[in-house]
Amino acid sequence: MARGLWPLVAALALGLLLPLVLDQYKLYVLSLTLVYVILAIGLNLTLGYAGQISLCHAAFMAFGSYAVAILGQHGVPFEAGLVLGVVLAFGWGLVLGFPALQVKHHYLAMVTLGFNIIVFLVLRNWESLTGGSFGISSVARPAWGPFSFKSDRAFYYYILAWAAIVVASAYWILHSRWGRAFRAIRENEMRAEVVGVSLRNYKLMAFAIGAAYAGTGGALFAPLLGYIDPGAFTLDRSIQFLMMVVLGGLGRFEGPLIGALVVTVLPEVLRGSEGLYLIIYALSVILMMLFMPKGLVGLWDLAWRFSKSATSPSASSASPR
Amino acid sequence: MALLEIRNLTKRFFRLSALSGVSLSVEPGELLGVIGPNGSGKTTLFNCVTGVLAPSGGHVLFRGEDITGRSPDIVYQRGVARTFQLIQLFPEMTVLENMLVAAQERTGTLLSRLLRREETRETARARELLEFLGIARLEDNLASNLSYGQQKLLDFGMALMPDPQLILLDEPMAGVNPTMIKNLMGHILALNGRGYTFVVIEHNMEVVMSLCRRIVVLSQGERIAEGTPAEIADNPLVLDAYFGR
Amino acid sequence: MTVALLEVRDLHAGYGKLEILKGVSLDVQSGQVVSIIGPNGAGKSTVFKTLFGLLPARQGRVTLDGEDVTNQPPANLLRRGMAYVPQGRNVFPLMTVEENLRLGAYTRPRSAELEDEIERLYETFPVLRESRRRRAGDLSGGQQQMLEMARALLLKPRLILLDEPTLGLAPLVFKEIFRIVENLRRLGQTILMVEQNAAKALEISDYAYVLELGLNRYEGAGDVIRNDERVRRLYLGR
Repeated sequence: MARGLWPLVAALALGLLLPLVLDQYKLYVLSLTLVYVILAIGLNLTLGYAGQISLCHAAFMAFGSYAVAILGQHGVPFEAGLVLGVVLAFGWGLVLGFPALQVKHHYLAMVTLGFNIIVFLVLRNWESLTGGSFGISSVARPAWGPFSFKSDRAFYYYILAWAAIVVASAYWILHSRWGRAFRAIRENEMRAEVVGVSLRNYKLMAFAIGAAYAGTGGALFAPLLGYIDPGAFTLDRSIQFLMMVVLGGLGRFEGPLIGALVVTVLPEVLRGSEGLYLIIYALSVILMMLFMPKGLVGLWDLAWRFSKSATSPSASSASPR
Repeated sequence: MALLEIRNLTKRFFRLSALSGVSLSVEPGELLGVIGPNGSGKTTLFNCVTGVLAPSGGHVLFRGEDITGRSPDIVYQRGVARTFQLIQLFPEMTVLENMLVAAQERTGTLLSRLLRREETRETARARELLEFLGIARLEDNLASNLSYGQQKLLDFGMALMPDPQLILLDEPMAGVNPTMIKNLMGHILALNGRGYTFVVIEHNMEVVMSLCRRIVVLSQGERIAEGTPAEIADNPLVLDAYFGR
Repeated sequence: MTVALLEVRDLHAGYGKLEILKGVSLDVQSGQVVSIIGPNGAGKSTVFKTLFGLLPARQGRVTLDGEDVTNQPPANLLRRGMAYVPQGRNVFPLMTVEENLRLGAYTRPRSAELEDEIERLYETFPVLRESRRRRAGDLSGGQQQMLEMARALLLKPRLILLDEPTLGLAPLVFKEIFRIVENLRRLGQTILMVEQNAAKALEISDYAYVLELGLNRYEGAGDVIRNDERVRRLYLGR
């Protein structure tokens, strides 16, 4: 327990203090990172824990973004839009869970990939609702009566609060019996079913909950940027989330936090190298996968084991997940 | 009433008949042996009973209820647990987690499982069973780090976790060293004495003959003999099934 | 003393943490049919997988015609004249019978000699000639088994490892398979065979090894082993 929680507490403290020293642009990057952390936690639940490949995370995200943007235009409070977006994403997650009962691995990848493309096309062509390829601009940030989260710093803390809620709820779900059932399905589907784990219930839930987190992240994404268009919810973006989860460490609780940070911040850091930055970025991703197949969390494990073996001679027991 | 009743069970894979009209019944408290040469349909029988495979014909009744073709999770929740010939565990989960997973879906609802109500009681039961099997000190190890024999014991422990009415053991002694065989036989007999019902597929004849009071023999998907160990050993049909003619 | 074509000494192998072979030794003389029999779990098929490089030998030595071939990959063993017909049906189901056969000779250039050999194989297996244009997946179990044996023969192996050739076949069909093995033996083909129907296998074997739990238990001429009461009892554990 101690090891599971203290890095999260440290991350929260850092998240609270960092804005005091960051300039506006860096604050924006950090805000975006937090939004991606929320999204990546969702995908980590579906893919990392339950082992169900999903390439339509950006489509689930779109439900959140468009719900707050469209309702915001009609003066509906941000939180109501967020709830609607989450409910829509959850519902479509359930729907997408059904194919997962029939097909696996790359077939499921194809199904979810197709769904992402359909959602993108609907967003682009349903102009009366979504504004088509121009999208929706000036998405309002939340306000509670006289108190508004319009300023970048205020909105940053608003996002941080949601991120904390998401991390806490995901922690709770994944450390409940559901988390254990998800992992059992990932580890050995047949055996899981033979010890009574209902594949139908848990696979549907894994998809729906992952999608709901994507909806939450999407809802926060729209007002952070201020405008949205279908181009923000393409397959490319879904693959970016996949990369965050894999780089961070599949099925590891801290994985999405590290993965989202690296995938968001690394390109910014490399931006100085002009045209080379994409190549350097891609190369470092390849190297990380080659040398750390278990993700960046693997480094953390090594350090932990090292510090433990320095204090006690027997460190053979497993690392808690 | 028989605890388990299998009526005329048939399983075909394309043209190949793995089971052709097998019937047998298991009484509560029994320790029944199922033997037969390779490919005689023993594991297919277990797979059809536990829902891993859907039978092509026939019926499976458990405590009078028709469970033919029900999914494995439902059969398990009714009280039928099993082990596997090729050990099936959750390799990247700890020994204790493997045990807990085996208990958690037996009772309660999907929502109640989010609340971890039974956790303390079940953890205690898991530790008690691990103690009984002599692998309690390994509870925090990943299942994949266990030795073969320890994995075999864990597989067995998981089958006991939900306190099932019926336990199907698929070759519990395969690949197990003589000391561990004695050990496992002791466990099975002790549990049988406490009222657990077992059906055991086993190739080690000495084990089957000394463990079971009744043995059913399958050959090429058919039931060819049934009887006490002595009757089976003297049945020329059985020798032919194993040795050929 | 003549050198055996195949010499296996103290072979150890297993899967992961499970040790199956705990020191198996055997000899196969050129031109003989040799059977490995034994109750379930004796490690018979594991011997083949280890001989053919599909499973690493953890200890022990395998020599083929005096040459050490322990832990050689299958491609090398094929080149040195060892062919393996695995258990179960392993034909390429969507290709025709003839295409399957030719795959057996894919390392050899097309030549008149090869065509002759294929013709001769069709004489040994007339059923295959009749169905040469059919898809292999549509053949019966027995025909598929024959196709596999024919494919292995096309490599002109010095030694064929035949793993449970009659598994899952109807009695009438397995008589046919045994008849073919007998014919091959008459033609001088060396065969090492694992067979579940021990009585039938021993009838056509020059020599036999009885394994139990990964160890040599008995050995002797086929008919001697066949009538050995101890071997029969081994199967029923008494």
